[in-house]
Amino acid sequence: MAVTVKIPAQLRTLTGNEAEAEVEGTSVAEALEAVYARYDGLRDRITENGELRRFVNVYVGGEDIRFGNGLETPVNDGDEITILPAVAGGA
Amino acid sequence: MPAVALKCKECREEFELGASYVCDRCFGPLEVSYDHSALDDPAELRRKIQSGPPSIWRYLDFLPFDRRPRTGLDAGFTPLIRSERLAERLGVGEVWVKNDAANPTHSFKDRVVNVAVAKARELGFEVVACASTGNLANAVAAHAAAAGLDSYVFVPSDLEEQKILATGVYGTNLVAVDGNYDDVNRLCTELSAEHPWAFVNVNLRPYYAEGSKTLAFEVAEQLGFELPDRVVCPVASGSLFTKIARGFEEWLELGILEGSLPSFHGAQAEGCSPVAQAFDAGHEICRPVRPDTIAKSLAIGNPADGVFALDVARRTEGSIESVTDEDIVDGIRLLASTTGIFTETAGGVTTAVLAKLAERGDIGADDRVVLYITGEGLKTLDAVRGIVSTYDVEPTLDSFNETVPVAGTERV
Repeated sequence: MAVTVKIPAQLRTLTGNEAEAEVEGTSVAEALEAVYARYDGLRDRITENGELRRFVNVYVGGEDIRFGNGLETPVNDGDEITILPAVAGGA
Repeated sequence: MPAVALKCKECREEFELGASYVCDRCFGPLEVSYDHSALDDPAELRRKIQSGPPSIWRYLDFLPFDRRPRTGLDAGFTPLIRSERLAERLGVGEVWVKNDAANPTHSFKDRVVNVAVAKARELGFEVVACASTGNLANAVAAHAAAAGLDSYVFVPSDLEEQKILATGVYGTNLVAVDGNYDDVNRLCTELSAEHPWAFVNVNLRPYYAEGSKTLAFEVAEQLGFELPDRVVCPVASGSLFTKIARGFEEWLELGILEGSLPSFHGAQAEGCSPVAQAFDAGHEICRPVRPDTIAKSLAIGNPADGVFALDVARRTEGSIESVTDEDIVDGIRLLASTTGIFTETAGGVTTAVLAKLAERGDIGADDRVVLYITGEGLKTLDAVRGIVSTYDVEPTLDSFNETVPVAGTERV
């Protein structure tokens, strides 16, 4: 499955300013692994001990993966995975 | 210079004071850090505060500015009212109602926006923006208008009509997003990377959030530089809740206040209670929920400061509670009928939680409680539509006497 992973502005120093990456994968975890393999240092910024850091949110097609199956949430051809900082917003 | 850096609340890494909100290293939230070593005379500080302007700017020493910024519309200095009737009704020692609906756009959001728009100007931004559940939209549109800045305000499309109208009237670019607040927030987080705009609650969030501390300072000053035993405060993202605690802590550290932090009770609507659920379950993080409640201004299903709100509630022996939509309407009515203050649904949540704590015996006859009322009832009229009725009469005495029960039989 070819999916697009959108890189947040804060991490683009690690991707040579690329805002998105086209990768292959059948789940969020697989797609992210493919992105980590492409860009050095990205894994440590997004994950800690194999888990997503607690201030990182990941969405598939705009839907928070915590409403799905977390990192095991399946992805389909053409899906968009968005990584964003969790600290924005709020009343 | 009191504000010295932006510091990551997660890993403590420090950054320059600019328009950033996320730690480059761990994605944790950034917070303004201060050097208060020059503020070493509490008595003098109290005098200086008391001779300051009647707005949040009397607390300038504790806000992230070197000098008083130029502002168009100032917030704060709202009434703190002791309500003996509400206290008596609930069997609580003292109830003090902080009525923050008495701000320029009728909610506490004027405080945070007053700070954020001043900072946006200082940093050279020409456009301010926000993701909002309504009250913030009102405030950003108004403060941008007063400052002569362009603004973009993003709201969920199902927002109360009153909040839409009371935002659009200021002449902002009002964007109604087909989604809930969490969708709006995600969109704004993405947009903030695309445009050189000051999103008050995204890239200016560290400064914006500081404005909420003034709700601690003001209450303490109005109580004669004393602390209450407990506070009850609404929780949406958890930012207000944690910053009120931070405000009290700063003044305790500086000796402006003595004693210990009050117990913090957070108030959520059952239909959007990710923080209350995590509190009950003993979890350290909040699992996001899909909001379904009449308290739209608290309808944040993915609360950014949830973890910090949990920490404040736990270490102060407080709690995070939730109440039903029915309780919320009862809360609005209870506050209105005992204090003469008409609050919006968020204030109904807060009042209902106070009533719940009193009923459970968690707050009692020896407690001095501050109830934070953060918004205005006229903005959420639909919530009370079903509970108000009129006596319909002809303009004659007979019709009146037949229809209306008569109170007050003593002639005066």
